[in-house]
Amino acid sequence: MTHYSMKHLLGIQSMSVDDIHSTLDLAESYAQLNRGRDKRASVLNGTTQVNMFFERSTRTQASFELAGKRLGADVMNLNVLASSVGKGETLIDTAMTLNAMQPDILVVRHPQSGAVDLLAQKVECSVVNAGDGRHEHPTQALLDALTIRRSKGRVEGLTIAICGDILHSRVARSNLLLLSKLQNRVRMIGPSTLVPPIFAEFGVEIFDDMKEGLQNVDIVMMLRLQEERMSGSFVPSLREYFHLYGLDEEKLAVARPDAIIMHPGPMNRGVEIDGLLADDINRSVIQEQVEMGVAVRMAVLHLLPRLRHQEGAMPLATPDQLGQ
Amino acid sequence: MPQFDLILHNAQLISPEQNSVTSGAVAINQGQIAAVGADIPLESGQKTIDCGDNYLSPGLVDIGVKIGEPGERHKESFGSAARAAAAGGVTTIVTRPDTSPPIDNPETLQFFCQRAETDATVRIQPIAALTKGRKGREMTEIRLLKDAGAIAFSDCDKPVRDAKVMGRCLTYCQSHNALVIGHPQNPDLSRDAAATSSALASLMGLPSVSSLAERMGLERDLALVEMTGASYHADQITTSAALPPLERAIHDGHKVSAGTSIHHLTLNELDISKYRTFYKVKPPLRAETDRAAVVEAVADGLITVISSMHTPQDEESKRLPFETAASGAVALETLLPAALRLHLNDGLSLPTLFRALSYHPSQLLGLDTGRLSVGAPADLLLFDLKSPFTLDRHRLLSKSRNTPFDGQMLQGQVLRTFLNGQEIYRAAPL
Repeated sequence: MTHYSMKHLLGIQSMSVDDIHSTLDLAESYAQLNRGRDKRASVLNGTTQVNMFFERSTRTQASFELAGKRLGADVMNLNVLASSVGKGETLIDTAMTLNAMQPDILVVRHPQSGAVDLLAQKVECSVVNAGDGRHEHPTQALLDALTIRRSKGRVEGLTIAICGDILHSRVARSNLLLLSKLQNRVRMIGPSTLVPPIFAEFGVEIFDDMKEGLQNVDIVMMLRLQEERMSGSFVPSLREYFHLYGLDEEKLAVARPDAIIMHPGPMNRGVEIDGLLADDINRSVIQEQVEMGVAVRMAVLHLLPRLRHQEGAMPLATPDQLGQ
Repeated sequence: MPQFDLILHNAQLISPEQNSVTSGAVAINQGQIAAVGADIPLESGQKTIDCGDNYLSPGLVDIGVKIGEPGERHKESFGSAARAAAAGGVTTIVTRPDTSPPIDNPETLQFFCQRAETDATVRIQPIAALTKGRKGREMTEIRLLKDAGAIAFSDCDKPVRDAKVMGRCLTYCQSHNALVIGHPQNPDLSRDAAATSSALASLMGLPSVSSLAERMGLERDLALVEMTGASYHADQITTSAALPPLERAIHDGHKVSAGTSIHHLTLNELDISKYRTFYKVKPPLRAETDRAAVVEAVADGLITVISSMHTPQDEESKRLPFETAASGAVALETLLPAALRLHLNDGLSLPTLFRALSYHPSQLLGLDTGRLSVGAPADLLLFDLKSPFTLDRHRLLSKSRNTPFDGQMLQGQVLRTFLNGQEIYRAAPL
């Protein structure tokens, strides 16, 4: 298995189709391993992985932690909520401090778009984007692709509807990029206040009528509607949103009979998805997405180049290189 | 006794007033331009400077420069701003009141003018705030501020949200013959925006604002100008959509003019694609079609003023994620070479450029500078258009080095700058 040619995984945008396929292939074998009794591999023995989360997350952080530990890395979790970052310290200062601790892999989530790119420019180790603002969440798109591949046997030539709050969603952007790179047809469905029409420029078909948008789709990908968007500012009310865009049996009936339902979690049952439907093991692959999450993250951690050990320690960046 | 204090000869003279470029000399007497032309005799004993066939023009008059005094002297002081200005060929700085505290009362203005007097080696002309605290609620003491030296009134990048308040300010300024400088932008639409709405901004996941927010802001202000008869200058027009209403207002005879910033003339939205915060300015960089339309509006004389919108920011405020990083760029030292890109790449004539950089801003503010004519103050700029150089931000004289042009190839090195006939800057010999 050859490592990525890129130093960091910052987004699907910078991944080649080959990168995506080799990640999915390797993840498949880790998915096997994870179902066995001994789940350990030794690929990352002796390395240090720091999970740095500037935004609350249980699932993604746990998934990355498990992935690192199963590969033998020492994993440290740092929760740096925005409120606890002293006003005087910039993101770059924080990055430099961490860098001095000689980690091998930094997994970063940040509430602002581009923050992980910025941080990656200032450290010597590999950086994995675990979600930055509304920009990208590449491992989510990869785990979605793996889940699709296991269910449909392929991730190409499919019609996929992404439904809900596209505007604020990094999951939607990463999925759009990945699914387009693999030659799928992407639709976006949601209220016009939450679906930027400009995505049509990327070949996306946009619908504000869910039943029209779901016609004959292979995959229904639901997004979470954040609480603060629910009342008044983007949609009039919860019940109107569920009435129009909540996934239920009736709306799902127009999709292909073998269509599967996905959701990146955590779900708002009764807001974007009917509770019973979410738990229907014949239609919903939501639990498998979580399982594939660990496998995909193991593959990503495995495939990142291990710079420090291949080339020896690099010199610390000079003040000049730290400028913007 | 020689006839003149100094003769600058063997120069290409750019006269924005006459709209010409001619070979010749400029003679200076008692701080003023005493003669201009091809036939000034060089007597023996006469102090002369051979300009080496380089370009000699009026010094630049830059409307909308932020100096960190009072409040943010670590970002820029009068001393550092004046040194940067002289090195950039800017001989008159028209300062913004968005300091901390803002310049919104005569006492603060007086302090400001004293500091300028002590430390600045170029001309300083202050703009005062239009409303107290730049909060958009109560107007400042327009008359007292004007008598204390305020040359215009503006709340800078915080447009007065309440149309009734803005209307009253315009009415009051009209009766006191005071110029109002507006920032045409709908503040509600542009709230929290870090980029201009586009496919790129959507993919980058940046909160963005439609370029139409500028037209909305401008149209409101123009309607208020029509109601009140006030003199109004829009600080930065950066979109093609705002040009037709501007043209109509000028055509209808309202006392309206517009400027734009050097960054919006020379950069576009693609420059932010790597989340580089030095490219974060206010309003955000626009599409290439907008940039081209604004360049054309400068060429046509619809937009009459080019400003640096010099906004010093320290490293800390730029080393942040794009959304939270501070807006603005330093530009006193890059205004000229960046503007010359418009001559070299976009075909603007040199007199047209210097009309926007020197002559029009002076005329707008009632100053006698900006001309290469007999009787005008000898505020002059000598520059080399031919030799390219690479900009190194660490060599800027400004205290802050947040320039988007770092590492870029530029043309238009300033060789000498004169204020009142006295040399205030000379480039180190190569």
